[in-house]
Amino acid sequence: MHTKSLSELSTSLHNGEISSVELTQHYLDRINAHNTELNAYITVSEDHALQQAQLADQRLQQKTAGKLTGIPLAHKDIFCTKGIRTSCASKMLDSFISPYDATVVEKINDAGMVTLGKTNMDEFAMGSSNETSFYGNVKNPWDNNKVPGGSSGGSAAAVAANLAPIATGTDTGGSIRQPASLCNLTGLKPTYGRISRYGMIAFASSLDQAGPMAKSAEDAALLLNEMAGFDQRDSTSVDREVPDYTASLNDSLNGLKIGLPKEYFGEGLDADVAKTVEEAIKSYESLGATIKEITLPNTHLAVPTYYVVAPAECSSNLSRMDGVRFGHRCDDPKDLLDLYQRSRGEGFGDEVKRRIMTGTYALSAGYYDAYYLKAQQCRRLISDDFQQAFNDVDVIMGPTAPTTAFNLGDKTDDPVSMYLADIYTISTNLAGLPGMSIPAGFVDSLPVGLQLIGNYFDESRLLNVAHQYQRQTDWHKQIPNAYK
Amino acid sequence: MSLDKADVEKIAHLARLAIDDNDIPEYARDLSNIFDLVEQMNAADTTDISPMAHPLDAVQRLRPDVVKESDQREQFQSIAPKTEAGVYLVPQVIE
Repeated sequence: MHTKSLSELSTSLHNGEISSVELTQHYLDRINAHNTELNAYITVSEDHALQQAQLADQRLQQKTAGKLTGIPLAHKDIFCTKGIRTSCASKMLDSFISPYDATVVEKINDAGMVTLGKTNMDEFAMGSSNETSFYGNVKNPWDNNKVPGGSSGGSAAAVAANLAPIATGTDTGGSIRQPASLCNLTGLKPTYGRISRYGMIAFASSLDQAGPMAKSAEDAALLLNEMAGFDQRDSTSVDREVPDYTASLNDSLNGLKIGLPKEYFGEGLDADVAKTVEEAIKSYESLGATIKEITLPNTHLAVPTYYVVAPAECSSNLSRMDGVRFGHRCDDPKDLLDLYQRSRGEGFGDEVKRRIMTGTYALSAGYYDAYYLKAQQCRRLISDDFQQAFNDVDVIMGPTAPTTAFNLGDKTDDPVSMYLADIYTISTNLAGLPGMSIPAGFVDSLPVGLQLIGNYFDESRLLNVAHQYQRQTDWHKQIPNAYK
Repeated sequence: MSLDKADVEKIAHLARLAIDDNDIPEYARDLSNIFDLVEQMNAADTTDISPMAHPLDAVQRLRPDVVKESDQREQFQSIAPKTEAGVYLVPQVIE
């Protein structure tokens, strides 16, 4: 039951072969059996899930159910859920229960899906290995000594180990695509503004975007159909029609022009990962695509630029955690300053503090032009590179991450080396473009992801390009032995 | 770039973060490394390049200024660390 696609599950539910309560209980049992070793979930919302499943079964019986009604999913613990704790993997929000639902959660609830629980992540989504979580590491289901990637590492591990059929994630610099790559999933970061950010705890507001983490492009398209759309409550939400993302999955790729940025295949890329990714791209030729080398000459500026923009925005966003209205508060504050400083000092972990301080410094008096303004200018250069490239090609391809999953603890002492894990994903966030990672093979029994980058609002094309590859290959169907 | 103890203390104060004295050397080292990375931006010539604040060059939407939300004070304050008679309590700030 836990190896079926969303479409297969939907058919079984609509035919009455299984009930949503049975399906939900099956996943809850699997979570009970495996979550202790993987630590993929921070909170399992068993009672809430079974209530939602009962309501879904009623809708199915009354023939008022939609395509995804009754199908369980997991939410990254960054989405506010009314009545279920939303911790953002931080001590600061350890006891935070949101008074409202995020728009994404609300839309998915309206579709009749069942929330199994909230998944582990890097604290406030700051990290690339899920090791900054207050609730401990997540293990990669492919090898328990390896990281699952981050920041949406819990969502990735949960779906890869079949502890959820699908999950939500968020991506500020690669946080959907990099864990998808490391755990053999199909993950999509849509165009900035495509999915509402309302109720999604803000990290870097000009970069953050939610998306699906799935076992196939078809599953991702089905969930994106529910997640996408304009929202009055998010001032950067884009008011633009949402297509049916499944409608073009089967379009032919004949004549598709693929661009390979030479900067994505240079120094720093593991040779075996490079070979795997190159083979995957080559196979598109048999689907009618043509491949040409392109250049994104300002790629080297992406990581430096990101580590100004993201920390600057996070230092502002996280100022709301002040120990006054919600969240952690220190004991016996002697005055207001002490209340702020100790509540924040105790509530935030090291990486969050580093980023707040980086951003605070970059924005402090006298430094704005040298850092934030300069970064916004570099951002323009990076974005212009992509627009130049899209004059010649339809989609850009390359590796998602420079290596396969690395060992737990390998990069925790050196923040800068951790930052470089997102070297191929960060540019798309800075430009606001949609990006995707799909399974492309294995190196030493660990998954390798192929990254697809499209022009603005080209999610349908990316899903089509991914789906056509998945019709020819079975990499995305591989499941780690322990979780079959 | 090299940040020293005084720099870290100043930044932590601006950010309203209490940090342990023993941790300052590590923060100084890490932040210095991060700014070394960041300063690779300086290699780029950005003369006359307009800063990019939003990928889609969107403009701020306006809406009529009408009350839509209902009063949810009790619900919002139920998750606050300390409240009394409908207000949030903090240490005394006025003598």
